[in-house]
Amino acid sequence: MEILMSFVIGILFMCATYLMLSKSLLRIIVGTGLLSHGAHLLILTMGGLKTGAPPILVDGTEAYTDPLPQALILTAIVISFGVTSFMLVLAYRAYQELGTDNMERLRGNEGND
Amino acid sequence: MINLPIYPILIPLLTAVVLMFFPTKIRWQRSISVVGSLVTLGVSVWLLSEVITERVIPLYLGSWEAPYGITLVADGLASLLVLTASIISFTALLYAFRTIGEERERHFFYPVFQFLLVGVNGAFLTGDIFNLFVFFEVMLMSSYVLLVLGGTRVQLRESLKYILVNVISSALFVSAVAYLYSVTGTLNMADLGQKVADSGQPGILTVIAILFLIVFGMKGSFFPLHFWLPGSYNAPPIAILTVFGALLTKVGIYSILRTYTIIFPYEPAITHAILGTLSILTILVGVIGAIAYWDVKKIIIYNIIVAVGVIGFGISTGTETGISGSIFYIIHDMLVKGALFLCIGMLMKVTGTSDLKKMGGVIREFPGLGWTFFVAALSLAGIPPLSGFVGKLLIVQAGFESGQYVGSFVVLLSSLLVLFSVMKIFLNGFWGPPHEVHATKHAIRPLLVPAILLVALASFYGVGTQFIEPIIAQATETLINPSIYIDAVLKE
Repeated sequence: MEILMSFVIGILFMCATYLMLSKSLLRIIVGTGLLSHGAHLLILTMGGLKTGAPPILVDGTEAYTDPLPQALILTAIVISFGVTSFMLVLAYRAYQELGTDNMERLRGNEGND
Repeated sequence: MINLPIYPILIPLLTAVVLMFFPTKIRWQRSISVVGSLVTLGVSVWLLSEVITERVIPLYLGSWEAPYGITLVADGLASLLVLTASIISFTALLYAFRTIGEERERHFFYPVFQFLLVGVNGAFLTGDIFNLFVFFEVMLMSSYVLLVLGGTRVQLRESLKYILVNVISSALFVSAVAYLYSVTGTLNMADLGQKVADSGQPGILTVIAILFLIVFGMKGSFFPLHFWLPGSYNAPPIAILTVFGALLTKVGIYSILRTYTIIFPYEPAITHAILGTLSILTILVGVIGAIAYWDVKKIIIYNIIVAVGVIGFGISTGTETGISGSIFYIIHDMLVKGALFLCIGMLMKVTGTSDLKKMGGVIREFPGLGWTFFVAALSLAGIPPLSGFVGKLLIVQAGFESGQYVGSFVVLLSSLLVLFSVMKIFLNGFWGPPHEVHATKHAIRPLLVPAILLVALASFYGVGTQFIEPIIAQATETLINPSIYIDAVLKE
């Protein structure tokens, strides 16, 4: 299962990289979303995937699921949710103000600002 | 006081929450912000004085003992940096009152400013590496808002790039933490330090250490990852730029300093060597930029990159001399960069431009501003007895002692070129034939107060080194002997 998840994470990172290298702002934002999904799945996988056991450690139990990665993921998801929504709003505002969503045309012009 | 380490995080947070309720009452916003900042400053002094006697003060949140719960740890380094950060933010706030503009003040400038301090102080004080990530995000989220606040075209354009870079580095941060957790099974820095020491840092942990170097190098703007900094920092107004330039990159360097002394100090031939090489390249790139530009903002911004390299080189030596030099230099750089940004802010206000070729003769009308800038510029270059000297001396000494002659020469040479770059501002901006003046003496005088405050502190820091030295020596000792930190947190 861990091997399969590793492939999934790798594919997510790959798609994210492809999207973030494109010129359209919206594609880049979707790319960052996929990137954080990959990172979140990575945390879960790195904590070890076990099935059929509750995340509780009572003295004497051998089988239990590590609860910590889930707590970490939850925090990371909330953060990336916030950042993504902020970025979408910013992208829309930038599109209105600058009149383009093409990163190629958003280069800094040295010396003038 | 057992709860002391959380106050520098809690007070700005509460101030920010209170400020959120009435964004349009500017007078209240200002006074509450100042009170909040002063209380934070007072608490930081208190924390430092407690740390001097207690050495390391851990705080187990919710009484979950380490390594299970989240731990805040105030040691010498953390409390010194919290104190410096409080000073910088207070002066930047004073400067912001008269420069930031009513439009920004009405749109949550003051609360977001306090949230930024929550993130910065939290990152310094936390003893848990995932919690470090969370505080990084608090800091970054506030910095996104501060960067874009005002919504000019430049700000919007640069914010997009800044956010994108930071989102990517945050994803790498989460991945690095995940790998570290899977290998060691813990996230508490003290526990990590012990587990890595017991295992002798095998190859996989060295790889993770490099991954952390990439993450923090991106936040701290080390050489191949510094590309975002000059553009992004050029966009916001000066009061915000002061906080960014003096605090944000330093949080990245602090994280490298922390992880490379407490957690990963066992393979210096790989990790510290890479850090050293990158630092030297960082210094070179920064110096080239600082000399090449004729824009005052850009010159000082590239000097941030130079300082990052110098501090990184000190850390990479891994010796007691090098680390204490780096700590000396971090604090010096925060104070002096703050002062320099405020000075060029006033210079730009007076001349109405940031282009050095279009200004001149400012010292004739504004001698106070001119000489404040002059002292700050000399401190930055490390002229004895001003504040940059001791740190640079120790870093170079450590470089020679550990046989890194090239790096030491680059640091020495960079001082000369840094001096050239800031003197270029002094000669072209303050001396020379006078140009048109856009501001009155009356408008500049209140702005000068925070800059003079910072320069005076920096000068005291340089001249009174013998009073500061015991505190720095104690902070260094905790970093050089991780067992002090580990034993204090894990109570062994």
